[in-house]
Parts: sequence; structure tokens; C-alpha cells
Amino acid sequence: MRTLNLLAATAFATALSVSSAFALTVGFSQIGSESGWRAAETSVTKLEAQKRGIDLKFADAQQKQENQIKAVRSFIAQGVDAILIAPVVATGWDAVLKEAKEAEIPVILLDRTVDAPEDLYLTAVTSDTVFEGKVAGDWLVKEVGDKPCNIVELQGTTGSSPAINRKKGFDEAIAGHDNLKIIRSQTGDFTRTKGKEVMESFIKAEGGGKNICALYAHNDDMAVGAIQAIKEAGLKPGKDILVVSVDAVPDIFQAFVAGEANATVELTPNMAGPAFDALDAYLKDKKEPAKWIQTESKLYTPADDPQKVYDEKKGLGY
Amino acid sequence: MAVPTIVRERTPQIIVLAVILVLNAIISPGFFSIEIQNERLYGSLIDVLNRGAPVTLLAIGMTLVIATKGIDLSVGAVMAIVGAVAASLITSGYSLPATLAGALFVGLACGLWNGALVALLDIQPIIATLILMVAGRGIAQLITEGVILTFNDKPELIFVGSGSFLSLPMPVIIWIVVAILAILVVRRSALGLLIEAIGVNRRASTLSGVNSRVILLAVYAVSGLCAATAGVIAAADIKGADANNAGLWLEMDAILAVVIGGTSLLGGRFSLVGSLMGAMIIQSLNTGILLAGFPPEFNLIIKAAIILIILIVQSPASQAAMANVRANRQAVAIKSESREHAAR
Repeated sequence: MRTLNLLAATAFATALSVSSAFALTVGFSQIGSESGWRAAETSVTKLEAQKRGIDLKFADAQQKQENQIKAVRSFIAQGVDAILIAPVVATGWDAVLKEAKEAEIPVILLDRTVDAPEDLYLTAVTSDTVFEGKVAGDWLVKEVGDKPCNIVELQGTTGSSPAINRKKGFDEAIAGHDNLKIIRSQTGDFTRTKGKEVMESFIKAEGGGKNICALYAHNDDMAVGAIQAIKEAGLKPGKDILVVSVDAVPDIFQAFVAGEANATVELTPNMAGPAFDALDAYLKDKKEPAKWIQTESKLYTPADDPQKVYDEKKGLGY
Repeated sequence: MAVPTIVRERTPQIIVLAVILVLNAIISPGFFSIEIQNERLYGSLIDVLNRGAPVTLLAIGMTLVIATKGIDLSVGAVMAIVGAVAASLITSGYSLPATLAGALFVGLACGLWNGALVALLDIQPIIATLILMVAGRGIAQLITEGVILTFNDKPELIFVGSGSFLSLPMPVIIWIVVAILAILVVRRSALGLLIEAIGVNRRASTLSGVNSRVILLAVYAVSGLCAATAGVIAAADIKGADANNAGLWLEMDAILAVVIGGTSLLGGRFSLVGSLMGAMIIQSLNTGILLAGFPPEFNLIIKAAIILIILIVQSPASQAAMANVRANRQAVAIKSESREHAAR
């Protein structure tokens, strides 16, 4: 039945020479809605599906892998044309991915990858978190030029892969520029409260903040908290202390508008767009995509009309 | 003579706090310096008082609950719920008094829910409050609709978190006032005694005429109110309600503060002053670790090691050993004295 549907759909699409795969049914197993970014990813995925006329079946796993596996099995039983999974953990996927493969349903991983043989899924669409750190570091290197610059760093949750990778990428970018030096680095757990508290201690420990030239925060929320700490210490964030962070959530654009932050690297919530494009090419032309599709890590600065970006992003459920 | 008694009873806590503060000053030479900036006191010591506000407030409620042989695991989640309520009320145009009243009412309701499960249905406190601990963050997320609900344009609510009064940050003023109120109420009336009686033996105190149900309901309600106050402060501090992270794991810090403060988890005798000092010890430790500049991987290990040392020093076994040493010394002194007498 599924193959018939698919054939019919493909034939129809080819006949009309429409660029998008028409009347596709795609199942999407989302992790949950633990963060604003996750909520935005869900709404962007729904928007992208709507734009292409794809019938999206959405399942929220509430942070549980067993719910995701159940959802994938039910997608297989319903005979969908493709399955998107944003996997909550990396392991334990082999069995259910094999079932999907036997049913000849292509699986695309979003945002995170899994520890399973590569032939069990079509492709993975993720961001390169090392590269995000590098983009942030490159911006700062360019911004300060030859001037000496002491950097304080707010790390993400200790041991988490985005924290490790965003640190690594940033370190790579500033390596070889002896005028840039990370003088303090501490975890802010990716939260505003801790970002603010840790920044307060950085300022106290570094001569009232006079030794600090720039702040690098592994996410925008910590940067937003730190900006408040900088202001309460009587300094001007964005001028006395440069602020660069990662994620591009709406609130950092408000800080741009107020002149209190200087740059952010976007972790795009649009993982589904490239995934649907790859799926389209695969179903229509049997074109196997690469096993890894890297999303763009776009750098935003206050020069990018922050008010407009804020208004666009605000509606996405961040 | 009230003050010297408190000092004598809280000697271990005073010594620990002093040692940690001195260590902090060694790590960061400017630790004790306090200056006026933007018309408010500014310095690391002020940070300790200010950042310690949520745990201090939670510890006040937690002390009373623990004194009745109970425990309240839900306080962190109640902080998240109340922060969400406060943020959504103020952003939908309510005035500050209405927002605060609404927030405190929700905290009170959460406390009464816990109290009802414990006092009326006789569910064990750890399980009864676990329900709200687990469900609370979900409730908070429903209120904020999964986003960090910000109120950057509401200076009146932000003032509660980062404003200042008499040059002191508002959170410090709030926790000191709440602490004084709580101490006066439980120690200037028989209430403290009745709470201790329930903790020692609920059945016996009920039989001797203590209305244990009402008192149990009341202590959980107070814990809810304290958590609500902490929740409003936490939200006002970052100008937004973060349902996922507000008050996360703070119930554990609050319980730890009570235990370091010398109140037993078995209920009975309690000390609010001890718990306040416990909260300050934990916060001084946190601030010291941040100032020290160790790699973050060591944060929790250092904290755990120091707390282990504090608990070992306070443990009944080492207290007994120390008492033994003291008694021996006295005995030796008396012996040598009597020998001198005999020699004469």
C-alpha cells in the first residue's frame, strides 16, 4: 500500500513536474519541549512541512527514548513515506532502525546523531558545535585586532557535548593570537541565573571588571544573565566588555537593539528544511545524500537589523 | 543573655563559616572589601548575602518542616511555579501588589496541598512532596508555555530582585525580615515547642492535646510561602521566569543548610539561626569556588569534600570523641590538682 502510494505520489509529482514531493506523509518523533530552542525547532519543522505540502505526523516523546521507539514503530505501521527522529540519546536505536529499513522507510536524524551503523539511516542533519565556537572566536579575533584582550568564558553544563565543542572551537579560533587570552572560565550551566552569578564573581575577581575585555558565553541565556551582572557592576556591556555568544535566541536580539551585546552565532532551528530537501532528492531522483548535512552557523551582529530578526523569531515559540 | 546562648550553641557553625570566609579572603584578596556603587553596597560579601537569598528562604521553611520529622522536596518546583505565575501576572498588566499577592497565594496553595497529603492523608512526607517536585516543573511550563517568560519592561517587579533599600540589595532585606519574623513567631510563642513535640512523637503530642494536624498543615504552608518568596526573587533577578531551571536542585541545598545548621532529620529540636548559618556556609562555599578560578570540573568535588569535612566534624561520633578528650583533660587537671593538694 505504502509503495503504491509512493509510486502514485511520485508519478503524480513527475507528471505535474512540481518541484516538491506532493502529498508525502512524514512522521516526526521529537524529543519533547525542554528548551525554547526545541519548541522553535518543532514549529519550524511544522512550517517547513506545510510549505511543501507534506502531511506531518508529530509525536512528542517527553524526553523518553521508549516513547520515541513506540512512535517510530507506529509510523512504520501507518506506512509513512519517511521518518524524522530527533534522538534523545545516542544508543539503543539499532533494532527500530532495522525495522524501518526492512519496511523501506528512509529515516533522517535531526539535530543529534546516533551510535548505529550508517546504512540504517538516510542522513543526519545537525549543526557543527565546534564550528559554532570557531565562528564566535573568529569574530572576536577580527573585532579586537591587535589590541590585547582578556576574555572570560561562561561554559555550558560541565561535560555536555555542546559545552566541550563550543569551547574547543573557540580555543582553536583564538590560538595563535597571543593578544587574546582566556583569563577565567567557569560553568554557568546554560542558565541565566548561573550566568549572572558567575559573571558577578568574574567581575569581582578581575579588579571590578576593568581587566575584562570580552565575554564568551556558550549560549545566549547565560550571556543575557551576564549582561545584567555587568550593568549592575556599573559597566557598559557591549562597550566596556564585548559580549559574544551562541544560539541566536530572540532575547539576545533585544540586547543587540539596546547595544548591550555584540555578536551571536545561530544554532538554526531549521533542521527540517535541509532534511526535506534531501528526502525530496532521494525519493524523486534516488539521489543518496551525504551521511551528514551540516546546517549553517550564521553570525549575527547588531548590524543585521536585530529588531526585525527579533520579531521574526519571537513567533517561533522560543 | 540570649545572644551568648546562641553563640555557644552555634559554635561549630560559626567556626566553619569563619574558616570558609577566611579561605575566601586568601583566595581572593578583595573578598572583605565593600564599597558603595550605584548607591548600594557592592562586594563579594554582599554577593554571598544576596545570592544566598533563595536557599536561605527555603531553609527557613524547611527547618520547620524537618522539625516535625517531615521533609519538603517540592520547594524548588514551587519556586518555578511561582516565578511563572508572577511573570505571567505582571506581563498581563496586573499591578505589583496584585502580582505579589497572586504569587504568594499560589505558593500557599502548593504548601497546603503538601500539608494536606501529610497531615490529613498520612502520606509519608518524602513521597507526598515528591509528587509536586515532579509535577511542579510541568505546571510551571504550562504557565509559561515552554518559553522563558521575560518582563524586561516591568521595573517594579525587577526591583524585588535587583533593587536596593538602605543600600542593601532587596533579596537580602527580604530574607532578613522573613527570618526575624519566623524566629519571633516560633520562639516568642509556644509554637516552636509544639512543632518540636510533633517531631519527637506525633501520637504522644496529639494525645496530650496538641492539634498536630493544623500545625503540620501550617508548617508546610509556611514552607510553600517561603518557596514562593524565593521564586519571586529568582524570577525578578533575571527579569524572567525560567520554568526549567528556576530553583533546580535548591531543595537539596536547603535540606543541607538545615542539616549543617544542626537540626536533625529525625525531627524535634531545631534552630532557625543554625539553618541561616548553614545557608550562608553553602553560599560562601559557592562564591569561593567561583572566585578561586579552578576548572569547573572541580566545582562539585570541592564542594562535596568540604561539606563532608563539616559533617564529619559535626557527627555524633566525633562530637562524642571531642567531649571525651575534653573530659579527660578535665580529669587530668583535677587529678594533678588533687596530687598537688596531697603533696602539700
